[in-house]
Amino acid sequence: MKGSEAVKSKSIPEYWAIKPGFEEEIKKIINERPEPEISLDYEIAENDYVKTGKASSDVKFFLKKLGVNPEVLRRVAVASYEAEINVTAHSKGGKVTANIYSDYIIMMFEDYGPGIADIEQAMQPGFSTANELAREMGFGAGLGLPNIKKNCDGMYLSSEPGGSTTLIFFIYYEEKSYAAK
Amino acid sequence: MKLRKIAELLQAEIFCTEEQLEREVPCAFGSDLISDILMCTKEPTVLLTGLTNPQVIRLSDMIDLIAVIFVRGKKPSPELIEMAEERDLPMISTAFTLYKSSGLLYNEGLRSCKI
Ligand SMILES: Nc1ncnc2c1ncn2[C@@H]1O[C@H](COP(=O)(O)OP(=O)(O)OP(=O)(O)O)[C@@H](O)[C@H]1O
Ligand SMILES: [Mg+2]
Repeated sequence: MKGSEAVKSKSIPEYWAIKPGFEEEIKKIINERPEPEISLDYEIAENDYVKTGKASSDVKFFLKKLGVNPEVLRRVAVASYEAEINVTAHSKGGKVTANIYSDYIIMMFEDYGPGIADIEQAMQPGFSTANELAREMGFGAGLGLPNIKKNCDGMYLSSEPGGSTTLIFFIYYEEKSYAAK
Repeated sequence: MKLRKIAELLQAEIFCTEEQLEREVPCAFGSDLISDILMCTKEPTVLLTGLTNPQVIRLSDMIDLIAVIFVRGKKPSPELIEMAEERDLPMISTAFTLYKSSGLLYNEGLRSCKI
């Protein structure tokens, strides 16, 4: 699975959030690293509030063409957009890979630092270090990461001060699998 | 409520077509925080906001916005108007504050979107 090397690293602080019922499936994906049917790559530039969001809307429209249901499209778009904005607002830029499978999508965001000082703190609703420019644009509520967690079936975040930040999320197209075992 | 009625109530300047003014608006949400808007709109909604940067239009790629209402006299730039046209997204602008605009619409029966 492209870009997933980060999942293996040991010493870097990491955070996992997996919805009940998805643990087995996501563990299986991480172990088996299946090849995606389609992989889309985008660059994300620092402080570019004109272009940012383009990758997220592209991926959404791509999934729409595949016939993914609107509620799942909304969840993918919201999670992806929040992650894309975070790279624009809080890092020196980075890239995103969308790995599209027949029944789920995995999106991987990786940036060029400066990393997150305390991941648990970053996950708290309301915590934000957004700068003046980001706030002017309407960001900085400290709700992006909680919003990503809420909309995904699985989420992985790893980062350390001075290093890069990696965020990966998993979303299945069938919502009913929520209830499954 | 029709977008046309909303525009009348808010004495708004129109940045859309006559046809778009005929759109039916079931509910509304108001905020200047993008994460807040993303978290709270799960059904087709009209958005009241003081934000006028391109990300407001980008938002409509992610969630289902029926129209954008700029408050406190904020107006869309030509760049924004072009982006909105590409997306068939109507925009209007009112001199009233977010609070007053929301109150006027709520009084006339426009409900808050489900959050
Ligand atoms: N890619 C990243 N690189 C460095 N720091 C990050 C990154 N993503 C998030 N953070 C840190 O985590 C904090 C919380 O992020 P979160 O997305 O929840 O809120 P926000 O971006 O500050 O505001 P909002 O998303 O509501 O506009 C950020 O303020 C920032 O300090
Ligand atoms: Mg954020």
